[in-house]
Amino acid sequence: MSKKEQEYENLNIDQTIYKTNLSKKFKERIAYRKPDVSKINCFIPGTIVEILVEVGQEVEEGQDLLILEAMKMKNRIKSPASGKIRRIKVKEGQRVPKGELLIVLI
Amino acid sequence: MAISKKTRELHEKRDKLLMGGGEKAIEKQKAMGKRTARERILALLDDDSFNEYDIFVEHLARDFDMQSKGLPGDGVVIGTGTIMKAPVAIYAQDFTVAGGSLGLAHSRKITKIMDHALKMRIPLIGINDSGGARIQEGVNSLAGYGEIFFRNTLSSGVIPQLSVILGPCAGGAVYSPALTDFVFVVNNISKMFITGPEVIRTVLGEEISMENLGGAWVHSETTGNAHFYSESEDECFEQIKQLVSYIPWNNMNKAKPFEPKEPLKTFDIDSIVPDDPTLPYDVKDVIKAVVDGSEFFEVQDLWAKNIVIGFGRIDGNTIGFVANQPNEMAGVLDVDSSDKAARFIRYCDAFSIPIVTFVDLPGYLPGVDQEHAGVIRHGAKVLYAYSEATVPKVTVILRKAYGGGYIAMGSRHLRADFVFAWPGAEIAVMGPEGAANIIFRKEIAAAEDPDKMRKEKVEEYKTKFANPYVAAARGYVDSVIDPSETRKLLIHAISVSGNKSVFLPKKKHGIPPF
Repeated sequence: MSKKEQEYENLNIDQTIYKTNLSKKFKERIAYRKPDVSKINCFIPGTIVEILVEVGQEVEEGQDLLILEAMKMKNRIKSPASGKIRRIKVKEGQRVPKGELLIVLI
Repeated sequence: MAISKKTRELHEKRDKLLMGGGEKAIEKQKAMGKRTARERILALLDDDSFNEYDIFVEHLARDFDMQSKGLPGDGVVIGTGTIMKAPVAIYAQDFTVAGGSLGLAHSRKITKIMDHALKMRIPLIGINDSGGARIQEGVNSLAGYGEIFFRNTLSSGVIPQLSVILGPCAGGAVYSPALTDFVFVVNNISKMFITGPEVIRTVLGEEISMENLGGAWVHSETTGNAHFYSESEDECFEQIKQLVSYIPWNNMNKAKPFEPKEPLKTFDIDSIVPDDPTLPYDVKDVIKAVVDGSEFFEVQDLWAKNIVIGFGRIDGNTIGFVANQPNEMAGVLDVDSSDKAARFIRYCDAFSIPIVTFVDLPGYLPGVDQEHAGVIRHGAKVLYAYSEATVPKVTVILRKAYGGGYIAMGSRHLRADFVFAWPGAEIAVMGPEGAANIIFRKEIAAAEDPDKMRKEKVEEYKTKFANPYVAAARGYVDSVIDPSETRKLLIHAISVSGNKSVFLPKKKHGIPPF
């Protein structure tokens, strides 16, 4: 062993703790989170062309909420569930990166 | 005797064309720390071995006033020569001529030398340094790329194909290197991407530099697209020469044997691997302890470091090594390391290079990210590659070999020809802790002191199952060996496998889990 034991990190595989170096990819991996249906995130980077709803408005499942232009395509972002619009986090004309929070439902 | 007027004219014409894009363009190329296309070829090949063809070829662009422009050699140099006496076909894109852009005549020169390489069954080396498609030539330029990709695919597994990225290689152009066997990149010089930073910024709003998007380091460390990273063109050419010394010229021949050498005494095989299976070590030391002169030529040393692949010689003959690396991620198999190992195994199999596998892994890496990244289909590639390979396969289990990882790493069940295990090998369905917790769950739960009971049961399991003798008793392991006998046995195994002959069921081709 070229390194001292304590310079290595721990990796648990099948309840056994191994001393080893951890890869950058492993350390930077994003921990899994259960999807939250009340939060509508941007699935592709693009520009908000039009917002079709207002805060407080009742919406049906599948109703168009806003139009996101990405890769020269206009995408209709639909409501994943029936509910009420709690917050709109973006403005028309705004450029949004992937994963950005767009709308929060109640 | 005076040379004739016509011969003098030839020299004048040739000298002019040899200047490529002219002094100014050459100056610019040098300012970027790059050699010119011809200088690169001369630096890589044996002295006085290069012969250039198609220097008089003219470009075929007829639109946008291009017909009046002269593009010397249409921006690419092709020819044949030798590397350490091995014949090679080579092309190098000339960035000084229209940015090395690919037009129809340019692509026809490349496909001509590719056809030649395939016909002559000699390695093909492509030096890429091009701004991409020549927009003025429109669909003809796309046709050119397609013809190159097609030939890359036809030649795959027949002749070695090496891609050297010494400049930009963007858009569709990247697929030629991607289809070849080995990709060489140089820091600050190589740039590879499908869409560049500018497009990404305007379309997606993401800011990134060319280097961070598709520089040499990114492709060596993050994407795994490149196989050899270097700091300079000179270092890169040394790597190419070294690789050429290890591989055969084509799939009908074996790699050239070298004078056998003993490994260096500094690598003491008895003291490299710790007894405790949870402790790390560098498996490359084990490889160096068995190969001639302790010379190991690693492939993809920066990417998926939990598996080590590369070439070494045993008794003078080239061997492909695949080894779990306990120093990195405990040597687990995961998405990337499975891809890395599987492709290398297929390379060795295609080019008649025997495979030696060193096993020491706790299994597959658990995690949502791994499962969702498709560790099932990626992991399956390793099984496929080992099962399909008909070259001599020798497996040495150094220490732990648990679960699916044991099966995947060149086990007897995938038709390894020889399976040896060191005395400290633990061949078991899973690690002792996990296994004891399942098998003795009731006893542990019912005990007054569950922790004490667990420890006892783990010990019990270790004694009974965490050893090489259970597998040896079934013949899954041919022999339990003293580590110091490893090299001797590898030499023996390889030497008695020279006439190995395996017949797989007749088929057009399999459907590997790509």
